[in-house]
Parts: sequence; structure tokens; C-alpha cells
Amino acid sequence: MAVKIMEECIGCGSCEAVCPFGAIAMQSGKALMSGICTQCGACIDACPIGAIVREQEQRFVGNDKDQYKDIWVYIEVSGGQPRKVSLELLGEGRKLADAMGQKLAGVLIGDSVEALAKEVFAAGADKVYMVEASELACYSTDGYTATITDLINKYKPSVMLLGATNDGRDLGPRVACRIGTGLTADCTGLGIDESTGLVAWTRPAFGGNIMATILCPEHRPQMGTIRPSVFKKPIPNYSLEGEIIRVNSKIKPEDIRTKLIKVIETCTASCNIEEAQIIVAGGRGMCKADNFLLIEELAGVLGGAVGASRAAVDAGWKPVMHQVGQTGKTVGPQIYFAFGISGAIQHLAGMSSSDIVIAVNKDADAPIFKMADYGIVGDAMEVLPIMIEEFRKVRED
Amino acid sequence: MEIVVCVKQVPDTTEVKIDPATNTLVRQGVPSIVNPFDKNAVEAALQIKAKHGGKVTVISMGPPQAKDALKECLAMGADDAVLISDRAFGGADTLATSYVLAAAIRKIGNFDIILCGKQAIDGDTAQVGPEIAEHLGVAQVTYAAKIETEGDVIRVEREHEDGCEIIEVSVPALITVVKAIGEPRFPTVKGTMKANRSQIPVWTVDDIQVDDQRIGLKGSPTQVRKIFTPPQRKHGVIFQKDTAREAVTELINKLVEAKIV
Repeated sequence: MAVKIMEECIGCGSCEAVCPFGAIAMQSGKALMSGICTQCGACIDACPIGAIVREQEQRFVGNDKDQYKDIWVYIEVSGGQPRKVSLELLGEGRKLADAMGQKLAGVLIGDSVEALAKEVFAAGADKVYMVEASELACYSTDGYTATITDLINKYKPSVMLLGATNDGRDLGPRVACRIGTGLTADCTGLGIDESTGLVAWTRPAFGGNIMATILCPEHRPQMGTIRPSVFKKPIPNYSLEGEIIRVNSKIKPEDIRTKLIKVIETCTASCNIEEAQIIVAGGRGMCKADNFLLIEELAGVLGGAVGASRAAVDAGWKPVMHQVGQTGKTVGPQIYFAFGISGAIQHLAGMSSSDIVIAVNKDADAPIFKMADYGIVGDAMEVLPIMIEEFRKVRED
Repeated sequence: MEIVVCVKQVPDTTEVKIDPATNTLVRQGVPSIVNPFDKNAVEAALQIKAKHGGKVTVISMGPPQAKDALKECLAMGADDAVLISDRAFGGADTLATSYVLAAAIRKIGNFDIILCGKQAIDGDTAQVGPEIAEHLGVAQVTYAAKIETEGDVIRVEREHEDGCEIIEVSVPALITVVKAIGEPRFPTVKGTMKANRSQIPVWTVDDIQVDDQRIGLKGSPTQVRKIFTPPQRKHGVIFQKDTAREAVTELINKLVEAKIV
């Protein structure tokens, strides 16, 4: 599907201006596409005379699309409970299923996980595909990839959603590659493409500088990992019921080539930023590790978790589990406090789905103020103690 | 230990800006760098080699100028480098990219460990590593913060949302690494001179065994429908007061008024 500029080009330059990659140049009164074109098609819509087209070419033939239907959500289990992101995806999957006139199913894998099915139904699923075996008690790349691939080949879903967690991003590509289908990573938006009826997967790229909408036209299932905290978790409705489809596990112990020796849980309430409703985060402007004590104190007063920018993590002031941003965690609390965080686009990509953003920064021109709902221009170290005192009063009232 | 490290040359996305007038990426003056997580992978490879001996081969798929990225890895201490470059590979998504890299690794032949960065900072997909492992049919461990090897067994500390996991796997295996694996070393003067003298072989579509239906744009199940700049949040209220106390008081009043706290 190469993007091509036709002979009709009038050399108006509209396409040159919109090309996000600088791949179009004007030469002797015509637009010329260079080799760095990524086929994104931004120029197609910009051309006033329709002289830029996407050339249809014979593509690698996918599987028989019409056999595939239903929306599946992989239910990641952590500490005996579905992860919040899996429930968020059931909520979003429900909308897709309704729009496409298809069913929504959860995929539940583990050892004695039947009790979790009611949570999956309460979040809106019509069905649960359940595979239980002692070999599947803990996540393993080999065990879970083979199990899900078998389910897909047998029951043929049209769409599969996974949370963009460490395990989801370990599993998704392995399954997609074994099936030979497309996977869009780290999505922050889901919709239906009007002209094709395909799932339109929207994700940040280039460190969050641009957004791309991706389609998977010829291959099934259409797969994507979706960032946690982007969508709201549906309110559980325990009167909803559904059908459990039990599938026997084919996994033998020797199929699993990795051995999980030990799980070290170092995450406390203060670093559980993906689930938190209030996050107090600090950045480079905190100047030193000790100053994070104030951040922690405010988080304590508000009952929130502690976040950190990449700069603060790189400086060793906070462990990486607290990191918010494109290469850290994605968060979506009700209130996000940013102290001494300038607001690099990579950081914003990790917290822009927060309901309310409150920023404190010495620099009145810091980009964080462009997206803050409330901002204070001032020194975080001066503002923090006063805020702790004032919020304590508010809480006591 | 025979180690292959996959690296990608990327634009330094921390230097990319959006032109507010045209709403497009300003790419001028944005340097091309070795993807930072891939440099961590090279560092991990060199540490394993220092302990157990063997050879570190660095490979990259990309345009001819990606040779510069490979030279930087050679200067850090890698033994060999191969560039996989052909117009036929252009427009590849992660599935087609990993297919080609896996074919190149097969051609290199013997390997115990394949190392990749956890993700590239331009695409941020974190898919190519696991997909290479799948194409080659080897085990994988992702998000490694620490790697120890003993005989044929690799012991990995894997970063997790809630802490970490200790995982053991036998070679051959593919491992993707996070920053905590170790700060990449600086190239030595000797290494840089050697890297500059080296002739990096370039493999085209004719040099590796691939099905031409599975490479480039043709072999890519996903396609970009459109690209746009992220919507801006609307500006809020900024308090610029004489004292911090005044500002905090006003802020809290507003929050209480709006029933936020």
C-alpha cells in the first residue's frame, strides 16, 4: 500500500507542510516523495486535488477473515485478582463488541481461577474461556503463548486486547508472531474505522510527539496491547451472568523453558501508581533524594501514591517502579500533582489521562503548565510544606 | 558464549519538537543515536563476554547510515557487526522486521544469547525482541535488570510492575534488558580507531534466506492509517503570587470550590 504522488500534482505544497516526517520536497513545480516516507498517508487528506493516492498492491495473504468473530480480552491475574487494566479493557471491549454486533469474552488462564469468572462477567463479558492447570499457576511465556495460540486457532476471535503490562508485552508479540498477525503496542485509543469497520488502534509514537492510528486489515485476530489507566474500569454489575467454556490444557511441564525461582514483591502502597486515585510526583526540581520525603508526606496526607519523572529515577532518588512516562508507567489518577517536573513530552505521555493536573514549578514557561488544570509558579520546596499543612487542615475538617 | 545484540538507530526523540505553526515534527537538527536501551544490551553483552569469553556480534536493520550506530557499538568493544539493509525491507512493521533479523541471526549461525533493548524510543513497541525469539523458536526473558550466567544456565532478575522475578533459563535464549542492567561504557580511543577502520558487511535481501512475501511493507500485517499530533489539554488556572502561602491558599480554595478535595 505505497503512498504515491500522481502526475496531476499542481505543486501547491500542501502535502509538504503536513508531512510529519519531512519526506516530501518540491522539485520543478511538483511534489517529490523521498525514501524516508513511512506510508502514513497524512498527505493524502491534505492534497486539495486528490493527486496523492494509496496504491493497492497484493499483500501477504492472511487467514480467512470471515471465520473470525468476537472480541477477546486477556485477563491478567495478579495476586489472585484480575489486574485493573484487564477490567478496563472489558469495559472498552464491551463498546467494541456492541458496535460490531459481536460477543465479548474474557480469557482466563491459571490454576483454580474459576472464582474470578464472576468478576469478568460483572465487567461486561458474555463468555469466559477458561484453561486451568497446575503448570499454568504462574505466568510463563511458553505456557501462556501456547495456550492462547491454541484457543485462538480453535475459537477464532476477531479482536484480542491485552494490557500493556510487562507480562502483556511479553506475551502479545509472541502470540501475534506465532499466529502471523499484526499487533499494535501500547495503545491509548480504540475505535472503529468508519470506512473499513476495522478496529482503529491509536498509540503515541516518537516519544509521544505524534499519535498514529493503525489498522490490521487482512489478518486475524486484530491484536493490540493497551496501556493501563487510559480507560475507566466499569462499575461491576454482579447480576450479569455468562457462559464458561472450559478448555483442557495441553501444556506439559517440559514445554515451559523458563523457571520462575522467586517473586520479590517490593511494591508498597506508595508505588502502586497504576491503581492510585491520587499521585504526588516529583522531578528534577526536587534537587535531591531527601526532598522526596516531603512528596511522600503529602502523598500520605492525601492517601495517594508517589510518582517520579525519569530524571528523578535516573538520579537515583526513586526506584524505577515509581517512574511515570513513555518508558515508565502510564497513570490515570483523579488528581496528579507534579512538583519540579518540567513536563517533557515523554512524561506527559504517561500521565495525560489524569483527570486533574496540579503543577508546581519555578519556571513559569515550563511545558507542564500548558496541560495543568491548576498551577503554582514557585519553588516546590517552599510550596510543599505549606501544602502539607493546608491539606492536613482540609482533611481534618 | 556467542552473543548477538540487535540494535536500532533512532532519532533522539527527546530532541524532537513540534512546530506550533504547522503542527508537524521538526526533524532538522535531531541527531541519530543508538537506541539507549540497545546500548544497555551491548553493555550487558560485553560484561558476559568479560566473564565467560566468547564473541559479541552486533546487528542492525536499517538504511546505510545505520552503519554509524554499529560503529559506535564496535567502539564500545563489540567484535563484529553486520548491517542488514535493502529497500525491499522498507516499510516493515515489527513482524516483518523481526522476520528479517531472525533470518540474519540464522545466517550468523551459532548463538547462545541474543540481547535486545526492552524497546526502541521511536516506536516504543517492545515487540521485535520477543518476535525474533518466536521466529527462531528460542526461549525469552524480557525486562532483565540483571543477568548472571553459570554454565549453560542464565539467571535473570526480571523487572515487574510490583517488584521483580528471578527466572532461570538455559541457552539458547533471547533476553531484553532495561536500563538497570548497567550504564553503557564509553568507547575507548583504541576501540574508536578500530571501529573507524572496520568494514561493516551489508547483507541485502539476496544474502539471507527470506520469503519475499514476508518482508517490507508486503509482509507487514499492520498499516498506519493516519498520523496526527496529540490533542492539547486546555490551559488551566496559574497562580503567580508574591508568597507561596498565598498561592497555596488560593489553590486549595479553588479545589474545595470545585469539590475536588
